[in-house]
Amino acid sequence: MTVTSTASTAPSSGAEPNGSRPRRPRISKRSVPYLLLAPALFFELLVHIVPMLGGLWMSFLRLNQFFLREWMSAPFTGLQNYRFALDFHGAAGVELFQSFAVTIAFAVITVGVSWVMGLAAALFLQRSFPGRTLLRGLFLVPYALPIYTSVMIWKFMLDRSDGMVNATLSDLGLGGERFWLLGNNAFLSLTVTAIWRLWPFAFLALMAGLQSIPTDIYDAAAVDGAGLWQQIRTITVPMLQPVSQVLILVLFLWTFNDFNVPYLLFDQAVPSSANLISIHIYQNSFLTWNFGLGSAMSTLLLLFLLVITAGYLMLTSRRSRNA
Amino acid sequence: MRHRRLSGVIVLILVLASSLLSGCAREQDDGRTLTYWASNQGNSPQQDRRILNEEFEKFTARTGIEVNVEVIGWGDLLNKILGSAVSGVGPDVVNLGNTWAASLQATGAFVPFTEERMQRLGGRERFLETSMSSTGMSGRPPSSVPLYGLSYGVFYNKAMFREAGIEQPPENWSQFVDVARDLTRPNQDQWGMTLAGASYTENAHFAFMLGNQEGAQLFDSDGRATFASPQMASGVQRYVELMSEHEVVNPDDAEIGSATEAVGNFATGEAGMLVAQNSAIAAIRAAGMKDGEWGVFPLPTPDPLPEGGEAVRSHVAGTNIAVYRNSENKDAAIELVKFLTSAEEQSILNEKYGSLPVVSDAYDNPAFNTDALRTFSRILAESSKQVPMIPNENRFETTVGAAVRDLFARAGTNRSVRREDIADALNEAQQKMRSGGGSTR
Repeated sequence: MTVTSTASTAPSSGAEPNGSRPRRPRISKRSVPYLLLAPALFFELLVHIVPMLGGLWMSFLRLNQFFLREWMSAPFTGLQNYRFALDFHGAAGVELFQSFAVTIAFAVITVGVSWVMGLAAALFLQRSFPGRTLLRGLFLVPYALPIYTSVMIWKFMLDRSDGMVNATLSDLGLGGERFWLLGNNAFLSLTVTAIWRLWPFAFLALMAGLQSIPTDIYDAAAVDGAGLWQQIRTITVPMLQPVSQVLILVLFLWTFNDFNVPYLLFDQAVPSSANLISIHIYQNSFLTWNFGLGSAMSTLLLLFLLVITAGYLMLTSRRSRNA
Repeated sequence: MRHRRLSGVIVLILVLASSLLSGCAREQDDGRTLTYWASNQGNSPQQDRRILNEEFEKFTARTGIEVNVEVIGWGDLLNKILGSAVSGVGPDVVNLGNTWAASLQATGAFVPFTEERMQRLGGRERFLETSMSSTGMSGRPPSSVPLYGLSYGVFYNKAMFREAGIEQPPENWSQFVDVARDLTRPNQDQWGMTLAGASYTENAHFAFMLGNQEGAQLFDSDGRATFASPQMASGVQRYVELMSEHEVVNPDDAEIGSATEAVGNFATGEAGMLVAQNSAIAAIRAAGMKDGEWGVFPLPTPDPLPEGGEAVRSHVAGTNIAVYRNSENKDAAIELVKFLTSAEEQSILNEKYGSLPVVSDAYDNPAFNTDALRTFSRILAESSKQVPMIPNENRFETTVGAAVRDLFARAGTNRSVRREDIADALNEAQQKMRSGGGSTR
């Protein structure tokens, strides 16, 4: 504000021959937002974009143990890393594809269940009743716990010999001899743990969204004879759409990229049924020291997520414009 | 004007950023302080730091060189070494698992121990021949030298042996399985032996030892993987069958991810035998088992040995020490290596850690004259074989170790692992290893 007012008075002060008042430098209105954004932009470049470009560049190099130390002079191999990662006739390509399929299934199930659970809990806690605040707080605990702690607790509970899950199952006469961290059960364990950690966020976001729906719409609907289910279907869900759109996108990106939960749950012995793509990339670069290949896989992951995000945003924004 | 303001802002940002970045720069070296990354050899990093600092006080008094010790857990050590190899910022002296010697040598991060440098350490002949065989690719000067010696042996619970009426330790593999069967009482939660079925490093070591007993050739002369062979399958089968076929191993062991956990099972009497390296001794003691309560015998082999088979009872295990090429104090660093490999320090440190001296002149210490350590040192010196000293050795450990881990997962869940399953798993591992995707030079 002061900048612009100085600028407008400048011509008259400039008319004085020996202007004693120092001239304040002018900054045009147009450049202000850019200047304000500049520090953030700089650090965004430094922290995100530059390493990303570095990764992209690495994906074209043969960057293995022979060239790690002199990584600036690692030989350029063009698209060879990509060709290898996407060769679905070889063992590596098949594994990448499997890992990709597992990740999609994991992300879709986790996001879907988290959204439904979050919505249900938010709706139940919409009316006030004694103990509501307590329940709200309780529901948020999994999200507030440090990820390491919560996943370690699940790891202990899922242990075959002395875990609580098997102990409870055998008390109920439902077996209790099962391995939860090996074989195909590992997928179930991973998904349950991830949902347990993530659904409170959906709950929180949807609860906030519910506050913005005016109660008189419900009253009017009730007068017109709409039941509870009909109210949810025709009022709540459509009016939550803007919140849900962002929520689902964010949850999807988080789960698709999830590294911590599988890494902590299975250590270095990740079963193939729970081999998420980020774990797969980690194992292909850090355990085998083949960072070029790992970078190529990361770039493919980045491209895929970009396409998904762009497609999703295009689809949802068009839909809301049509609505 | 506008430009000046704009450039002012940019300058400010750059100044800020450069002050941030300079935080990452290397501390000023005074030439008299070394940074040493020590592996975790004792019960805890705290204990390691205490033991090492006590010795380094002597070193500082003699040479005036200060040593700054950082103890790093085995799980992080390799990644940290890789990280410092890439960035060029790291310690002066580092410990490494000796099976990584050739793989890390390929990165060129370490100073080669030339003949002249070896002479400073007292000459190559001082070191045990087997330990020296695991220090780098053949035909090149070693990039590391041995520091602590280890080998595999079978620990057994004396009371459980007595109770089961077993008087003699088994001498061959079929006797070994019989003994394990005699010790197994699933209803009392007592098992013949325990193992870390989910640990890929342990699994890879067993595949190596048992495969060699069957006559398997892991790599051909060009360094190409050839381990998908009937001999290797027989070796792996013998290991996995302990759980699937003979049922002398608790299926729960398929979930055990570290040797330490298996040691716990042994020390609490849940299992009568444990095949482990002598570093387990410290952990067994820490878990409350007294020295007279357990004994050690060498890992049995089939009798007679299959054609081409070797009586390999351990791989040449242990910890090596190396000097970074980026060190600005190479001379002081070599001096530290000389100190740590001296007869005096080898005797003191290996006694404290329960490991074996890697130099022959340190064995005068009566502490190494116990039955158990004599057995381990005999195994290390006479019947251990070095893992292939090729740059891709790390990939052998990850691919084969993971394949065996998956076989154990199968054995634990439905208890049937057929010979074809093992052959398939090895084939897949070999395919992965061969199609390294640019893992060669």
